[in-house]
Amino acid sequence: MASEYILELQNVSKRFGSAIALRDVTLRLRRGEVHCLLGDNGAGKSTLIKTLAGVHKPSSGAFRVDGAAVEFESPRQALDRGIATVYQDLALVPLMSIARNFFLGREPVKTRFGVFPALDTATMAEVAADRLRNMGILIRDANQPVGTMSGGEKQCLAIARAIHFGARVLILDEPTAALGVRQSFNVLKLIHHARDQGISVIFITHNVHHAYPIGDTFTLLNRGVSVGTYAKDAISKDEVLDIMAGGTEMQKLMSELDGVAV
Amino acid sequence: MSRQPLIAIKEPVADASAAGTARAAAPERDDRVQQQSLLHRFMGRPESASIAGALLVFAIFGYAASGSGMFALDGILNWQTVAAYLGIISIGACLLMIGGEFDLSMGSMIGFAGMMIAIPPLYFHWPVWLSVLVAFVGCLALGWLNGYLVIKTRLPSFIVTLAFLFILRGLSLALSIHFTNRTIVSGIGALAAEDWLAGALFVGTVGEDLFNWLAAHGMVAMTSDGTPVVHGVPKVILWWGVLLVCSSLVLSFTRIGNWIYAVGGDANAAKNVGVPVKAVKTSLFMFTAFCACLFATLQVCDIGSAAADRGLQKEFEAIIAAVIGGTLLTGGYGSVVGASVGALIFGVVQIGITYTDANSDWFRVFLGLMLLVAVIFNNFVRRRVTESR
Ligand SMILES: Nc1ncnc2c1ncn2[C@@H]1O[C@H](COP(=O)(O)OP(=O)(O)OP(=O)(O)O)[C@@H](O)[C@H]1O
Ligand SMILES: [Mg+2]
Repeated sequence: MASEYILELQNVSKRFGSAIALRDVTLRLRRGEVHCLLGDNGAGKSTLIKTLAGVHKPSSGAFRVDGAAVEFESPRQALDRGIATVYQDLALVPLMSIARNFFLGREPVKTRFGVFPALDTATMAEVAADRLRNMGILIRDANQPVGTMSGGEKQCLAIARAIHFGARVLILDEPTAALGVRQSFNVLKLIHHARDQGISVIFITHNVHHAYPIGDTFTLLNRGVSVGTYAKDAISKDEVLDIMAGGTEMQKLMSELDGVAV
Repeated sequence: MSRQPLIAIKEPVADASAAGTARAAAPERDDRVQQQSLLHRFMGRPESASIAGALLVFAIFGYAASGSGMFALDGILNWQTVAAYLGIISIGACLLMIGGEFDLSMGSMIGFAGMMIAIPPLYFHWPVWLSVLVAFVGCLALGWLNGYLVIKTRLPSFIVTLAFLFILRGLSLALSIHFTNRTIVSGIGALAAEDWLAGALFVGTVGEDLFNWLAAHGMVAMTSDGTPVVHGVPKVILWWGVLLVCSSLVLSFTRIGNWIYAVGGDANAAKNVGVPVKAVKTSLFMFTAFCACLFATLQVCDIGSAAADRGLQKEFEAIIAAVIGGTLLTGGYGSVVGASVGALIFGVVQIGITYTDANSDWFRVFLGLMLLVAVIFNNFVRRRVTESR
């Protein structure tokens, strides 16, 4: 493997009609690092990771996996390269069961009666329930519809699924947004675990207390443009917070608000 | 690709206090598992309401049409045949609806396919098997075109296939007038019966020997000339059965079935996890076209003629049967067994009314009410399933 980077976006732009969601963004993901992607609402974070996941094709720029240029036609091709994503909208089908959602698109099949390629429903239910249990979610029945789960449970399901299938790269778009303290902690632990196993992680969050302890590298997006990439030793938690909160202006406002409160 | 867990957390994830919380919550959950009785599970199936409806309909007609011969063997085959024709297209409509789309061109396609089958042998001396084959290929191509346009334009399939409802009906009329100078083309029956393909697969009945034997032993009534009143089971009923078994196996137990539910439930989510959404939807449009063509072939072979107005409003009947069977109009949920039970209700009511004293105009009233009840009930089911607790 020639390249030091597992995923590489170089000067990538993405336009939706006339709207420019990303402009000349460069992002490099090292093997086995946790790379935090930070930025305001609408900064283009989700668009960026959807480009990596094969949902969007870049309007211009280069996309390389293991140093070789790729053009994903569909998310399936990204998944086949071991790149799994937890989308912000989770990509779960509410009317379908937990087990069926967990394996959607990669269902295990068992040949029955010598010819009939049937779903291996027993394995599906077992594995799904087991992976959820690992995340601290106990379910009554893996065959209950996902629509009946709580928001946090759904999020855990989407994360458990990505971890189960994300062989090399795990992309998490605000995975802890709806989670309780314990479940958030579990997710951070899972990210940590993933890194230990050599899996590279892209982690989007608005919570600096989640991002800073776990991140190795931080990239800031602002209105579709990359403001910079910082290694952890080059930046302090306060500076990250500063970046996330929108700089000194924001701090001034904060202190003013504090003043009012006092 | 690996199905192995990438990160197996061996030690309990939660710390002691958290595990305690989880354990405290556990018994409540277990109680709820035990409450899931067999009846409860049956009630959770999409087709349960339609089965209850069918029992009700049987009870009503068992009472209202008792002694009329409706439930004698020939009476049964009579309404079964009507149900089977509708069942074939309602299975197609049901799968497509589960996949989140509609096909309003099914009825017109029945008329169009009938003409494609009947005209070439009668006017251009084609063998029947060839015209049947060409009709199937043509219908599959039209189904593909429906799917392609829906996917490309991202318009609702309702509108795209509504256009084809008119286009195909108009084409059936115009082309039959152009080639034959009439809108009803008859005389294909004998040719079809002699044809090796149509004769074997579509014309007539099966099980004649069985029915002769049953008649000889007094188990089936005989006419005055010594033949049984029922010659055999019409092939359309067998087609319905085969289609029902195959499609419900595929839907419930295969990857393709899983994908059909997924593209109808949330096409975007399905796409994001790697389901080939476009291919699934296009195939479903082709399958409904296949069902419409099968309907037309069986009908042409049975009646011995094709007419440009055949299949009028059949698209609605197919959709109604699917909805009565518990399929959601919004997609992602339903069952072909339910759709077939819906078709059965149709057949029983439509034919059953002629066995009673009631005016057969009541048929539509009854079906309309049935549809209304089914939609309200289905909506309730959907809300229960999709809303978070
Ligand atoms: N499919 C689309 N069509 C048109 N515009 C889009 C599309 N997807 C995203 N955009 C636009 O691109 C911009 C970036 O959106 P994106 O979802 O990437 O933001 P984000 O950084 O993920 O925000 P958040 O923190 O709220 O999740 C927004 O202005 C959005 O309106
Ligand atoms: Mg986002």
